[in-house]
Amino acid sequence: MTQLLDLGPHAGFILASFGITTVVIAALFGWILADHAALKGKLAELERQGVRRRSGARPSGTPS
Amino acid sequence: MAILDLANPTRFLSLAQRLLPWVSVACVAAFVAGLYLTFFVAPDDYQQGATVKIMYLHVPAAWLSMLCYSTMALSALGTLIWKHPLADVSAKAAAPIGAAFTFVSLITGSLWGKPMWGTYWVWDARLTSVLVLFIMYLGLIALWRTIEDPIRAGKAAAVLTLVGAINLPIIKFSVDWWNTLHQPASVIRMDGPTIHASILWPLSVMALAFTLLFLVMHLMAMRNEILRRRVRTLQLHAASARHGVATPQAAE
Repeated sequence: MTQLLDLGPHAGFILASFGITTVVIAALFGWILADHAALKGKLAELERQGVRRRSGARPSGTPS
Repeated sequence: MAILDLANPTRFLSLAQRLLPWVSVACVAAFVAGLYLTFFVAPDDYQQGATVKIMYLHVPAAWLSMLCYSTMALSALGTLIWKHPLADVSAKAAAPIGAAFTFVSLITGSLWGKPMWGTYWVWDARLTSVLVLFIMYLGLIALWRTIEDPIRAGKAAAVLTLVGAINLPIIKFSVDWWNTLHQPASVIRMDGPTIHASILWPLSVMALAFTLLFLVMHLMAMRNEILRRRVRTLQLHAASARHGVATPQAAE
């Protein structure tokens, strides 16, 4: 564990690098997940309005 | 399952649904192993000391910035030559991820350069060509958002992507063609890596972790893009139904 703490005289640069990388990746992930949730919400709203996709609108029993 | 089988978005979505949990677990495991090796196993560099640990972020991020663009260039060929319906979905999904990796590569390189070179930035051939890559990503993201119709946007972006692909060999060989402050290649070389195994192993594991991270995010972003196109299609249906836009037959 002591080796972890001893990052030498430039510890600030090392920790800043890992910190910024973590923030960028977390932000990218957050944006992708939020985008997915928003799109799912829109699709559900359109379904509630009765708007169906062509493949979804086909009467049951017809081979898709 | 051939690439062409994936032309069906619904089939791609079910494949992505099955793949994502596994790739995600593998990605987390690779990061845990990589970070453990980085902080607890890898030795300090005899000149740079612990600062060399920044390399375990900088180098994988740089590799991924070019892997992302290569993926987009291949997708561009898929769009223009084979007209694969998911090709431009893949390209559009990869752009923000590639931009993020390029940004991380530039920032970590700059934070590594200050203590080692004494400067955050120098207009060196390698640094400048990677900055051009970052600007290319931003330009492509903007282009996608400028053209409303995704099909037309896909074609325009594909052409721009292929034109910009010339930058990849420039980045790779910049350290050989010009006299650069940035060091020459030390891993991907004709006569093998010049790095000791005690440093090469952690670097390889971190590179694997970053690659799996790209795969996870790319699958998720492609999934979003397919849903976005479905929403757009349904909204067009709803609008045409609301405005009673008659189809030709109905008009007769």
